[in-house]
Amino acid sequence: MNINTIRRHFRESFRSLGRNGWMTFASISAVTVTLMIVGVFAMLMANVSHIASNLEQDVEIKVLIELTADAEAEQQLVNAIAHMPAIADYEYSSKEQELATLIEDFGDDWKLYEQSNPLHNVIYVRALQPKDIPHLAAEINNLSNTADVVYGEEKVERLFDALSLARNIGFFLIVGLLFTAVFLISNTIRITIIARGDEIEIMKLVGATNSFVRMPFLLEGMWLGMLGALIPMGLTIVLYHQLYDVVAPRVSGQLIELVPPTPVVYEVAGLLLLLAIAIGVVGSFMSVRKFLRI
Amino acid sequence: MIEMQDVYKKYDNGMIAVKGISVKINKGEFVYVVGPSGAGKTTFIKLMYREERATKGSIIVNNFNVTKLSDQKVPQLRRQLGVVYQDFKLLPKLTVYENVAFALEVTEAEPKVIRKRVAEVLQKVGLTKKAKHFPQELSGGEQQRVAIARAIVNKPAVLIADEPTGNLDPDNAWSIMDIFNDINQDGTTIVMATHNKDIVNTMRRRVIAVEDGVIVRDEYGGDYGYEH
Ligand SMILES: Nc1ncnc2c1ncn2[C@@H]1O[C@H](COP(=O)(O)OP(=O)(O)OP(=O)(O)O)[C@@H](O)[C@H]1O
Ligand SMILES: [Mg+2]
Repeated sequence: MNINTIRRHFRESFRSLGRNGWMTFASISAVTVTLMIVGVFAMLMANVSHIASNLEQDVEIKVLIELTADAEAEQQLVNAIAHMPAIADYEYSSKEQELATLIEDFGDDWKLYEQSNPLHNVIYVRALQPKDIPHLAAEINNLSNTADVVYGEEKVERLFDALSLARNIGFFLIVGLLFTAVFLISNTIRITIIARGDEIEIMKLVGATNSFVRMPFLLEGMWLGMLGALIPMGLTIVLYHQLYDVVAPRVSGQLIELVPPTPVVYEVAGLLLLLAIAIGVVGSFMSVRKFLRI
Repeated sequence: MIEMQDVYKKYDNGMIAVKGISVKINKGEFVYVVGPSGAGKTTFIKLMYREERATKGSIIVNNFNVTKLSDQKVPQLRRQLGVVYQDFKLLPKLTVYENVAFALEVTEAEPKVIRKRVAEVLQKVGLTKKAKHFPQELSGGEQQRVAIARAIVNKPAVLIADEPTGNLDPDNAWSIMDIFNDINQDGTTIVMATHNKDIVNTMRRRVIAVEDGVIVRDEYGGDYGYEH
């Protein structure tokens, strides 16, 4: 294929966009609508993931030390926990520090207890893998000198279940949506190509090779995809920024917060573009194939 | 140049349109293919550039073994032939100029060569002024001449034409025959299926008469031989 031929294919693909006005519009619309939905779902997924990992990181195990344990026993317990491989980090907090936190959080009423502090000395433990928490808690509970081990058991487990369900559902929705998109778009392109089946036949009769006939169609599919991706990309970037600007200040400091726009919106936009190009080219390729057998 | 040996063509619906044709056409010949409607003339012609595949027999065109040709080589065969179709087969979205140029573009010829050659043939068929028009803006005779221009633009060794004067008035028909005669003088082999009694009887050439899928007459300087 020489440079003149390549230039011709480009020229031809642009010209064909213009000359098939309505079909061009229909194909681009099909890409636009589907990618917009894909874009929304991709951003939802990103947020679910973000929230899930935030929550996971926030869960810690609170180990209450037996009141009867002396300093040496406490040190042994700390050492034993420190050597567990599933642990990310830990922090020792004396009962005086615990009470100080309580007073700070809930008010001076608690100062009453400064005289005879009923609280335990505590070790806070974070796990490397949040899903190891139940197992890790049980293990720690088996060590000597632990009075109790708490981590919000059932609540945490149910939360993890819900989040992983949400993630799986989101994933299947996106995959399903993409299949629908490929089907829809290659169908639209197929209609435009069926309308031009006679043209393809004539080209072949005049002595055009298959690749010569196919190239402009593939390029056209690529342009259709790219044009169709423009609006979804723009909307994803702009609308998510706006959403973030509105929502972020109201939820700051809370567990549930939105993913910051950068870089995720640009990643999603890039993904949409690649997806659109792939859909356009694959759609053209599949549709033009059956007309080349003459 | 063109050689067929005991060629059969059976269509998918069971119709046998060509039933054992053997023929030899030499370089530079001018051949009319005549016969009643449905005799198999178009089928006979389509076998030459492999729009249809022979069911049996061997076909040699321009040193291409057409019956054994792989799909990838078919474009090369077609580039050495010029075909004028009964229904023109012009690309509706391309101008006259672009339609003719297309036959050269597929061969990846130089743009300079394409421009020069297309201008030449448009002048030859008298359509220089209509170069920028689209096919549907032309009369039947003009479309026919575009089809001829496209067929001869890459100087084919063989020009194959299926009723190139069908639906044309006598003036238009004769101006097309003038063009054919011209390029035949230049050495191009011509195979032309026709129902035009006047032309066959006036411009005497080799006549191959086909009936019901077989050659019933093959005569140099013969006449049309049918009442209509
Ligand atoms: N694609 C096809 N499928 C099935 N049968 C066909 C096909 N093309 C032609 N035929 C049949 O083959 C026979 C020969 O047809 P062909 O077109 O070769 O005749 P023809 O001599 O060119 O006729 P005409 O002078 O009317 O153009 C006819 O009976 C026709 O019905
Ligand atoms: Mg016919």
